[in-house]
Amino acid sequence: MQLVPYLIIVPLVAAFLIPIAGKRMKDIPPVLAACASFTLAILSCLIAAAVITCKVAVYKVGNWPPPAGISMVADSLSCLVLVTVNTVAFLVAVYSIDYMKKYTDTWKFYALFSLMLAGINGVLVAGDIFNLYVFLEIAAIAGYFLVAFGVEAESLEAAFKYAVMGAVASVFIFLGIGFLYSYTSTLNMADMAAFMTMNNSPELVVFVSVLFLMGFGLKAALVPFHSWLPYAHSQAPAPVSAMLSGVSIKVLGIYALARIFFNVFGFSHAISSILITLAVLSMLVGGLLAFGQTDIKRLFAYSSISQIGYIALGLGVGTPLAIFGALFHLVNHSIFKSLLFLNSGSIEEISGTRDLGRISGIISKEPVTGYTNLIAAFSICGMPPLGGFWSKLIIILACIQANRPVLAFIAAIVSILTLAYYFRALTPALFGKEKGEGGSGQKAGWAMAIPMVVLAVLAIAGALLIVPSSANGAHILLKDAASVLTNGKNYAMMIMGAM
Amino acid sequence: MSEYLLCLILFSIGLYCVVRKRNLIKIIIGIGIMEYAANLFFVLAGYRKTGRSPIFSADQQVLNMVDPLPQAVVLTAIVIGLALTLLLVAVSIKIYEKYGTFDITKINKLKG
Repeated sequence: MQLVPYLIIVPLVAAFLIPIAGKRMKDIPPVLAACASFTLAILSCLIAAAVITCKVAVYKVGNWPPPAGISMVADSLSCLVLVTVNTVAFLVAVYSIDYMKKYTDTWKFYALFSLMLAGINGVLVAGDIFNLYVFLEIAAIAGYFLVAFGVEAESLEAAFKYAVMGAVASVFIFLGIGFLYSYTSTLNMADMAAFMTMNNSPELVVFVSVLFLMGFGLKAALVPFHSWLPYAHSQAPAPVSAMLSGVSIKVLGIYALARIFFNVFGFSHAISSILITLAVLSMLVGGLLAFGQTDIKRLFAYSSISQIGYIALGLGVGTPLAIFGALFHLVNHSIFKSLLFLNSGSIEEISGTRDLGRISGIISKEPVTGYTNLIAAFSICGMPPLGGFWSKLIIILACIQANRPVLAFIAAIVSILTLAYYFRALTPALFGKEKGEGGSGQKAGWAMAIPMVVLAVLAIAGALLIVPSSANGAHILLKDAASVLTNGKNYAMMIMGAM
Repeated sequence: MSEYLLCLILFSIGLYCVVRKRNLIKIIIGIGIMEYAANLFFVLAGYRKTGRSPIFSADQQVLNMVDPLPQAVVLTAIVIGLALTLLLVAVSIKIYEKYGTFDITKINKLKG
């Protein structure tokens, strides 16, 4: 498959061209960034279409045969996340055209945005563990810069805290890779998995698992490691929050965690119980802390922690149905959480504040933002027939099926909790009487309105992913992605077979 | 064995520095120390006793050489560390402009 490397080349070229063009011509960078992410969205759809039939696409960099050479691997799991990520990124890039006008030096934003996209796509197609680490760092460092983009006191503070915690997490991940390398003498993940099957060393796996749980758990904001997320996601500019919350925590955290734990180590009872514990903590703590929030973006940030808990719960339970639900929820959450953060950006522009006590009557002031926000909130609360309802339902059913009624009960309770805090926060903001104070009252331009509408349509259409039919490519992709994780260490054989 | 212990001590010093120190610059230095410890560990993983540098030449036979891959990996990791340090220093300079202090306990405009 010759298309795979372009997923990294395209955004890197864009990140290189934007600073060159941007210093003189102000209009070029947004167009370049939007074009690059549009190309990526098309590319990832093409690759996904190919992967549905051939199951896995391997590209050998410089034609060196793995495991000595570097390989790029696009299997069903990567493709599912790739399509989601690049679609969301394209819509966010379009949204930024209008939203970023109030900032100066926006070419820096677009360059960093493209760089972050290159990093995220790199993580998804990395076939060896060190490349995964390098791309993860590219995405994370671009993310730290983007959080600080406003250069206000608060955003700098948030960026510093995020960067310090992220750096510590990265060191743990790097140490974990060091231990794995010194045992297996290879960096290729498929080769590593094959080696671990033959010479298993439980002590090493336990130790490295702990290092990776700390590292990737912090990137995913699972609860004991979550404290950076509400700061970073609430202080960043709205498109960046949408990217961080919608895409970054899932790819850098959940995807990398799942890939290594399921496909390299093989799923074990210990990992399952640790993941479930962290997941339940995340769901409850995130949900309860969201109640007290007065800042709309902090509310969304805490709800991200809670929803990440659902995904981790599905992965932790580990039955095929639960993993299917987890991946389905991952796709849904990317869509509606990025929509919520984009909404928060235009709400901030309309009412001039992020304080929930002072935001009111958004639907009458600006119907597009109001109604898309309503759809996103319905989806995240699990209102049928939106996507969020089905994914939560599948996770709960999977818990019951796996004979874990307590977990199912907690998941159902947190779902009600989600409904409660969104209802409490958004009812006055959306329907309340117009106070007419503060803010520009300025309507969102077309570039802001269209991405929100498209995301709202996707949030509704997300439900179609569970319709089983041979014509429904998205469903087949989701099922294949779940089976990549369920098959665990067969990953090694699958990759070796494709070489 | 002793070099691995030293590596662990170095790592612990770095971690202590990040967790306990209140000055932003000292925290950045702590992160640097942690990164060095991790890099040192990776290089040690490729070390072979009485091994020589893995350079091929026609006139001599190389029997025992160190593993070159960790060296390449660590080189990349050092560059990443540089980018991170640069970012952290730039942000802390800006923080000093806004808050007038490097003390992390006094930089607390964000609550909750």
